[in-house]
Amino acid sequence: MSASAGSRRGAVGLGRLLVRQLAAENRAFWRNPAAAFFTFAFPLVFMVILNLVFIDVPGALRFYTPALVAFAIVNAGFTTLAMSITIARDEGILKRVRGTPLPPLVYLVARVVHSSLLGLLLAGIVALFGALAFGVPLPLERLPLLVLSLLVGAASFCALGLAVSGLIPSAAAAPAVVNAIALPLLFISNTFVRIEDGILVSVGGLFPIRPFSDLLQALWDPGRAGPVEIADLAFVAAWGIAGLVIALRTFSWEPRA
Amino acid sequence: MTAAPVISVRGLRKAYGATEAVRGVDLDVRPGEIFGLLGPNGAGKTTTVEILEGYRGRSAGEVRVLGHDPADGDPAFRDRIGIVLQSTGVERHLTAAEAVALYAGYYARPRPAAELLELVGLGGSADVRVGRLSGGQRRRLDLAIALAGSPEIVFLDEPTTGFDPSARRDAWGLIRRLADDGTTVLLTTHFMDEAQVLADRLAVIVDGRIVAEGTPAEVVARVPAPTTIAFRLPDGAVPPADLSVDADPERPGRFLARTEEPTPLLHRITTWAVGAGLALDELSVTRPTLEETYLSLTGHAPEAEAAPDPGIGRRRRGRR
Repeated sequence: MSASAGSRRGAVGLGRLLVRQLAAENRAFWRNPAAAFFTFAFPLVFMVILNLVFIDVPGALRFYTPALVAFAIVNAGFTTLAMSITIARDEGILKRVRGTPLPPLVYLVARVVHSSLLGLLLAGIVALFGALAFGVPLPLERLPLLVLSLLVGAASFCALGLAVSGLIPSAAAAPAVVNAIALPLLFISNTFVRIEDGILVSVGGLFPIRPFSDLLQALWDPGRAGPVEIADLAFVAAWGIAGLVIALRTFSWEPRA
Repeated sequence: MTAAPVISVRGLRKAYGATEAVRGVDLDVRPGEIFGLLGPNGAGKTTTVEILEGYRGRSAGEVRVLGHDPADGDPAFRDRIGIVLQSTGVERHLTAAEAVALYAGYYARPRPAAELLELVGLGGSADVRVGRLSGGQRRRLDLAIALAGSPEIVFLDEPTTGFDPSARRDAWGLIRRLADDGTTVLLTTHFMDEAQVLADRLAVIVDGRIVAEGTPAEVVARVPAPTTIAFRLPDGAVPPADLSVDADPERPGRFLARTEEPTPLLHRITTWAVGAGLALDELSVTRPTLEETYLSLTGHAPEAEAAPDPGIGRRRRGRR
């Protein structure tokens, strides 16, 4: 190989590329009012509305803080990433990037890390909001496990977002496809509506959102929601790995529209 | 003109399922030249160029670009080329300067964003968001990004499609200056005038094969394109069928004949007219233009080799 970018670029170079890419992603994200609103404001708006609607229902406040933390992670990782990466694909941005010496993995890792950081930031805001506005205590005594759960959840839902992007035929179809998958699952997975028993518990349990939501409920309030089940975390991670495998097979850098 | 080629292609073939988009292309592009790949939509131009750029694999043949096999996807190869695709987006929420700087940062030899924007005439729009640039400005931004890594070869896939005439002139001047600075340019176009003005050498590709190659003057000289003989006859008069003269569909009373050998045909036509006592009003003999050379090449390609897959007409492929 001739002396050139590929051979000269060591781990430090890759790290710097990743940081620059993250900074550019972040700058573009915050300048896009629609993306910033749907990713960021949605969970907070739901937080206020749902808490106010169910304010007289016993335990509702304690339920909705972890439930909407779960929603925040799913929304930033799965919904937003799947849509934005599909749009970038069909606008030809991915193809342009693919023609440069930037290693493709650096681009994808930057996207995933950015979405995960957004999800974590949002989860933190929802949790603080719950604590300050509704008096739901932060589960500080289980902080390490909480952070691990949020990280695994964010990475897994990002992987699933990439996988779904590969199955979406065009950017125009992206919102419909992504919401058609995410919204019904969110409704039956103990995030917007409390579902304690019946067939929807079993159905929801087949998909990763319900176990993730259960995990966060237990982390926040094991006395009410039961002990933390590491199996739930493993189940979410398994879905994430499956998503990664599908993404590796279906992901496309070329516009399809 | 004996420098080793920077792009060398031998026997390139590319099949998509049963259809072959590229059917045995040979090319040599020398350092510092502007090479034009000319052909109608669907002829295989974009497929060929995207193989050279490393976007697509090939079904058969040898390809070397700057000593690399583009199919390897080596970042060291991508570091040395610049690409303007037919339609590619840029992050619309970044400013022009931010976008150029972001892409420049991927390369080992980045050029300053301000200098690149100045070069393509976007110096005044550096702080404008990409989403607010006009179509022509975005096309120039594409070029600035393609040049961001000081490439040795720039691939331009129909770079002026959609430009108004003055914007095209500006783009041509810019591409010419690039080549003058030593950058090799591989340009695809379906505009004959663009190839004529820019290309040091060109190849015409039709149905996945190269049907003519050389300098623009050589291509025109080498291709037997038809001369047009036109005349008007009095009402009711019709030339005999064996003259193979056709009525002009647009102007009643006028007749046209296209021939690659105008002298004998003209003789037969005038002999007939004189014998029949008719005047050939508005008689004209028009030599082929560049446009007609191109149309002749692309309209009915020479059938030198037997087509391996009859029944497959002109394919529409790729973006538009």
